[in-house]
Amino acid sequence: MFATEKGIEGHETAARAWDVARVREDFPVLGQTVNGKPLVYLDNAASAQVPHIVIERGARYLREEHSNIHRGVHYLSQRATSAFEGAREKVRRFINAREARECIFVRGVTEGVNLVMHGYGRKFVGEGDEIVVSEMEHHSNLVPWQMLCEEKGARLRVIPMNDRGELILDEFDALLNERTRLVCVGHVSNSLGTINSVREITARAHKLGVPVMVDGAQATPHMPVDVQELDCDFYAISGHKMFAPTGSGILYGKAEWLEKMNPFLGGGSMIRTVTFERSTYAAIPDKFEAGTPAIASAIGLGAAIDYLSTIDRAAAHAHEQGLLRYATEKLSAVEGVRIIGTAREKASVLAFVIEGIHPHDIGTILDHEGVAIRAGHHCAQPVMQHFNVPATARASFAFYNTKEEVDILIEAVGKVVEVLG
Amino acid sequence: MSSLLELYNEQIREHEKKPRNFGRLATANRSAEGHNTTCGDHFFVYLYVEEGVIKDISFEGEGCAIAKASASMMTRSVKGKSRSEVETIFNEFHRMVLGELDTQVTPHHLGHLTVFSGVRKFPVRVKCASLSWHTMHAALEGEETTSTEDLGPALTAGELPV
Repeated sequence: MFATEKGIEGHETAARAWDVARVREDFPVLGQTVNGKPLVYLDNAASAQVPHIVIERGARYLREEHSNIHRGVHYLSQRATSAFEGAREKVRRFINAREARECIFVRGVTEGVNLVMHGYGRKFVGEGDEIVVSEMEHHSNLVPWQMLCEEKGARLRVIPMNDRGELILDEFDALLNERTRLVCVGHVSNSLGTINSVREITARAHKLGVPVMVDGAQATPHMPVDVQELDCDFYAISGHKMFAPTGSGILYGKAEWLEKMNPFLGGGSMIRTVTFERSTYAAIPDKFEAGTPAIASAIGLGAAIDYLSTIDRAAAHAHEQGLLRYATEKLSAVEGVRIIGTAREKASVLAFVIEGIHPHDIGTILDHEGVAIRAGHHCAQPVMQHFNVPATARASFAFYNTKEEVDILIEAVGKVVEVLG
Repeated sequence: MSSLLELYNEQIREHEKKPRNFGRLATANRSAEGHNTTCGDHFFVYLYVEEGVIKDISFEGEGCAIAKASASMMTRSVKGKSRSEVETIFNEFHRMVLGELDTQVTPHHLGHLTVFSGVRKFPVRVKCASLSWHTMHAALEGEETTSTEDLGPALTAGELPV
């Protein structure tokens, strides 16, 4: 389909065969019609679809293995515990963490960031201290830090971006000082698609001993992530962005930080001893996993990682990049369309506006044609302010999308202009 | 295409392109701000109320075609009306966009506002059509801000169109 592709490793390689028709069979939801038309699902950045084997794994757990974990001595509890801990080990390998105990199960990135805010922030950030975020952060890696700054009298500093939607790292250096306590940055922007050079950011922050929190929600569906290579201190993942059920996610943290941090939620499982005078806390990861977790979802996340290990991820990435290039070229040719987010390094996220037409109306008309996109501010209102738009329309591609679906998108955008232009 | 063309009918498109009573009202003695945060609709409604009657009204802000046209047509519909008349129209409008009031069958006071009846087939757009009405209502009640998203699921509830 595409002549040459830029491989994940960054060098030009001939596109490996990517049998998209075969891959689509793995995702039962894709086969349906919407408004009498075939579903064209281009809202993957909001939530990706779930393959058969993940659905089946979750169902098998509920059918055959369900019980509470880490509690019972009985057979089922041991099976559930071993499946749950097995999923943790799969995540460890997936992101190349040193140890499984550095991977905390959470509901998703939002909970992961809030865990760090409460556990690290409330302990180590004080009055007059500074927290650095980027201008393109999703609200989940921004609002918790604002709340902390308000509580502690700390100051939020912002790494600016240019009009392509790339962070200006020279300005980042100027923001770092002896009061900086944490740098918070997204690996891939959900609203612009920009891939940020996390390695560069951690290197610069670590020169001053400042830890770095990375929102990895939009990265894991598209590219391999190695937390040791990135050398980040915290990395948060949402399962539902990477073909797993909602309610599954991971906060990775370097053990030395996790051990020093305050607990997050108090309750069962996270304690060692409890008396009315005081409680002592369990070792990591239990210290951060109060209450019964979303066991089926966590096991589903493990199954999604199994699925990703069966596909050729470099070929999948090349396919997505091909779709992005093709869609960008076609959409740019439509009169009145402006692409929002033109970074040189981008994941397959394509945000746009059409002059004189509100994105919400674009979304409704596209839906009528069976095309699912997201319209709105994408939980990144400062990004909308930067580009001076109230909202954008966003098509986001997964490796199961096709060139034909891009054609349907472009045709549907033509209909939008026809109806409302 | 038919339900789309019903939703985005000529009158709605015309009001979206050329909204009436658009801008700040210098004589306003009440105002409110309304927003749908998920879609980015954001409007201000200004009222000049005297002896329980809306003597003058205007709106300004940003929003989708449905929200903007609805605000524009609302200003024409409620100008010169008493509070209780406005309540009646708002109630009927709301029931119409939810699909609970069939304007072909039941007598009503909606006049031109029936052009919004196509919204009933697009449940997620109900909040767009009603934003300016809730904002106007908040201004009338002396509240400063409102959001159709804070008002509970009833506003967007309903079966998806088949």
